[in-house]
Amino acid sequence: MSKSKDIPGTTSYILFIVTAVICVVFAITAFYFVFPNRETWMVGLPQASSYAGDIDGLFGLITYLVGFWFVVSEVVFFYFIFRYRKKTPDQKAEYVTGEEHHQKQWITIPHILVIICDVALIFGTVYVWYKVKQDLPPAQATIRVTGQQWAWTFQHPGPDGQLDKGDDDIYLVDELHLKVDTVYHFKLESTDVLHSFSIPAFRIKQDSVPGRTITGWFEPTLVGEYDIQCAEMCGIGHGLMKGRVYVHAENEYSQWLKGENLSGATAAETSAVALGQVALERTSP
Amino acid sequence: MTQKKKTGTRKAPAGHTSHHEESFWSKYVFSTNHFVIALQYTITGVFMALIGGYMAYVFRMQLAFPGEAVPGFGIVGPGEYNNMVTNHGTIMIFWVAMPVLIAGFGNFCIPLMIGADDMVFPRLNRLSYQIFLLSCVVIIASQFVPGGGFGGAWTAYPPLSSEAGYSLTKWGQTLWLLGVALEFVAFLMGGINFITTTMNARVKGMKMYDIPIVVWFIVIASILFMLSVGPLIAGAVMLLLDQFHVTGFYNPALGGEPLLWQHLFWFFGHPEVYVVLLPAIGVCADIIPVFARKKLFAYKIVLWTAIATGALSFVVWAHHQFVAGIDPRMAHIFTVTTLLISIPIAEMVFVYIATLYGGSIEFKTPMLWALAFIAEFLIGGCTGIYLGSTGTDIYFHDTYFVVAHFHFTFVPISIIAVFAGITYWFPKASGRMLNETLGKIHFWGTVIPFTFMFLAMFPLGMAGQHRRTSDYTIFPELAGWQDWRVIITYCLLIMIAFQFVFFWNVIWSLKSGKKAEKNPWRANTLEWLVPNVPPHGNFTDGFPEVYRGPYEYSTPGRKEDYWPQNVPD
Amino acid sequence: MSFEVPVATTRSSTGIPTGRLGMWWVVASEVVIFGGLIVCYLLFRLGNDGWGGEASFTIVPAGALNTFVLLTSSYFVVKAHKLIGEGDREEAFKYLWYTIACAGIFLLVKTYEYTTEITEMMHHHTNEDGHMIGTFPVFWGFYFAATGLHALHVIGGAVVIGIVSFGVKKGENLQRVEYVGIYWHFVDAVWIFLFPLFYIAK
Repeated sequence: MSKSKDIPGTTSYILFIVTAVICVVFAITAFYFVFPNRETWMVGLPQASSYAGDIDGLFGLITYLVGFWFVVSEVVFFYFIFRYRKKTPDQKAEYVTGEEHHQKQWITIPHILVIICDVALIFGTVYVWYKVKQDLPPAQATIRVTGQQWAWTFQHPGPDGQLDKGDDDIYLVDELHLKVDTVYHFKLESTDVLHSFSIPAFRIKQDSVPGRTITGWFEPTLVGEYDIQCAEMCGIGHGLMKGRVYVHAENEYSQWLKGENLSGATAAETSAVALGQVALERTSP
Repeated sequence: MTQKKKTGTRKAPAGHTSHHEESFWSKYVFSTNHFVIALQYTITGVFMALIGGYMAYVFRMQLAFPGEAVPGFGIVGPGEYNNMVTNHGTIMIFWVAMPVLIAGFGNFCIPLMIGADDMVFPRLNRLSYQIFLLSCVVIIASQFVPGGGFGGAWTAYPPLSSEAGYSLTKWGQTLWLLGVALEFVAFLMGGINFITTTMNARVKGMKMYDIPIVVWFIVIASILFMLSVGPLIAGAVMLLLDQFHVTGFYNPALGGEPLLWQHLFWFFGHPEVYVVLLPAIGVCADIIPVFARKKLFAYKIVLWTAIATGALSFVVWAHHQFVAGIDPRMAHIFTVTTLLISIPIAEMVFVYIATLYGGSIEFKTPMLWALAFIAEFLIGGCTGIYLGSTGTDIYFHDTYFVVAHFHFTFVPISIIAVFAGITYWFPKASGRMLNETLGKIHFWGTVIPFTFMFLAMFPLGMAGQHRRTSDYTIFPELAGWQDWRVIITYCLLIMIAFQFVFFWNVIWSLKSGKKAEKNPWRANTLEWLVPNVPPHGNFTDGFPEVYRGPYEYSTPGRKEDYWPQNVPD
Repeated sequence: MSFEVPVATTRSSTGIPTGRLGMWWVVASEVVIFGGLIVCYLLFRLGNDGWGGEASFTIVPAGALNTFVLLTSSYFVVKAHKLIGEGDREEAFKYLWYTIACAGIFLLVKTYEYTTEITEMMHHHTNEDGHMIGTFPVFWGFYFAATGLHALHVIGGAVVIGIVSFGVKKGENLQRVEYVGIYWHFVDAVWIFLFPLFYIAK
């Protein structure tokens, strides 16, 4: 810093901003085109919904941009510690106030670059959030998810394809059956405390609030079975609110539909079953 | 006769040759002396850390070996697990980080560093400790009441926390709330002292920009605390009334709103993290220049980034609630403010790194801790971006990614910076030097296991492991990671084991450590002028006068590489 | 065990006396507490049309009387401060006790209100389905929380004024009359907010 060149202020700012933009564009290009197998980024957890890839992609964007700054900072930090360690008893330190303009620039320029990276991130995150939480595509099927202490009740549309119509809706506890490549709306409710409906393989999460029905969506894209977890502390049985979601191919789904027809069971009965039986099991030591 | 005086005085405190013998009780227990109160807060905080650490031991053992009896505890059922997790978090934040960093270091450093003989309201100071101690008793008592300790997480969201029928801890939930409320009152009182003392009781010549950063930061933290805790105190009164079935503020069946508590809690909760961060990073700001023999880079930038961060911290709170059921449009606002708040903190970290440039760095134990703070806190800060960004928070909320993130901020704050401060000021407080070798063993034995332990939690969070669950082997997608959980627990056990080195070092050094000179680190700030083990009144040889800021190290043209604040040209 | 005021307390780097500075910070922290409660109440109130009906049960004349009583008490404490400045400690002592007397009247009126309101409400709400016995709707929750918290501050303030008055009698720490006056004005100001919000807005 004692040998700083006096580049005219504006030029150096422009140079730095151009560099920053190049870095951001590079990061975005790199993870979109160069790096394969983004499907396994989330430590191998499958991307089983239509927006899982977007969320993982945003994760990647953040990793590149923030990771860059993290690595630079730690490298400079450790380099300084090594380079300026006291080697001889009479080693003198420099006197740097940090108050002169050319010194401050070493802080303000990275500062501006960080802001530019943050702006890029803001665009990315707003896009993903809007897609997942605000822009609900038209529903091809609707399910109702009810959280309670300590089980999930899933209400599936019966063979008539309509939720809450006819007597053919299928109620299951801790088991959710879905058809692949179908846009589902879920109506999320809670009978007692806050719970949170979470399917990691879909990347979806939404808290359920008593007194409200919250609508969300997902489109399963990978046949298979995946965990459902409760993601909001709800009492003693919180960690035992394990569910399983089964994503079926179209023909398998029709078969399942025919096989499990609990028409006649009402919501209240099923919930009572869930609460009494399951809760009792789970809270005994 | 009134005692108003308008300007600073320079006379030494009077009457100390003639005052009567003080009993043990008046000197150590009911003291109004800031140094004694600092020790009281620090020792109490360390004691509470042992309890909070024990709770972590219990729940980590359960996680590693589900269903097996934990030595020193027994079988950990789901209810006990929740209780341990809840109270570990609550205790570490309110009964360890805050008392040690704000009240412990604040009470010790502020009067000494501004050249005063005590805080301006010593009896209020004593009262604040007494209320704090009462709050410790209450929170500990909550463990032993029928139903057991509260297990609804440190965030205590209703309706779980407002209805004993849901939480199954009728007395525990009330005592928990009362303990927290009492702690708030204690720190509001303490804050009045720190702010007023720093504003008004500075010695002659000490202008605003001559105040050491640690003092500034404790004051800013106190102001942040004061402004943010008010609505939560209101909310806590409301929760208490709900718990007794008098009202239904948070009960939807009675017209209430559960999310209201969340807003009130996090409106406080987010500034609160800066309330604990600022004193910690302030301690490092006062240690790094001393051991690098370099002036703190851009003091004013450091100050303004702290104030900017503090101000911004009031408009980011809902990033804890992205998926809680808030209007999704609101989330956009909060993600923007949250991503922006990372900027002043990043700037502050850059400044600390810049301070090292061109230095002559000595790796004494306090410096090792201060440097470790920077390296580790950077991890915490950077990983926060994933959580502040709405799109990724959908996935990471309530997973171990969050746990890892906040431990990379909280452990540097409440453990690393605390050890930095304790090892730095130990000679002044006790008159003895701590053993350097033991200090270094303790340092590495703490930092290495800590780093591994929490780095391992990031992939766990990425794998979808959610928080506050006592047995992950029941989840097919998570069972395969069990080895990682075992390794994490072993790291914790190693880290706990190395804390014995610290306690041994302290005990041994107090008895047989090398006697310390007045200013063993050759530092500039005023606390190094007083005799070791500061006597009542601190500056018994007369108050100093200040001529410059605290960071004039290696000033060109001077023989010595430091220039104490009280030494004229 | 005698207490010596440290030198620190007598300094004034800002030029403001330390006690006054400290009291303003106390007021600041209290403003945020009551402010938080009031803002929550407002948010609820704006979202709930039915509350006008609930609020009609508050006793406006009692609230109005209390407003007058508190304003008068603030006048008394200002007078006490003025008398201290003129050196008349005995009169000042009396006016401090007039302030405390007003606080007493305030609390008596509040006690009357609470006892009648609670019984009316219990009568009004107990038989409805879905309401737990003894649980008040949210409006009343805020009413009791806000006015109750305020009343606690009135009691605390009155106690402190009493302590300060004994110092005045002995001729010690006369500056505390001003400081306790600042606190008392704050307590008064909170009531000036509570009265329209809970009593008048129907």
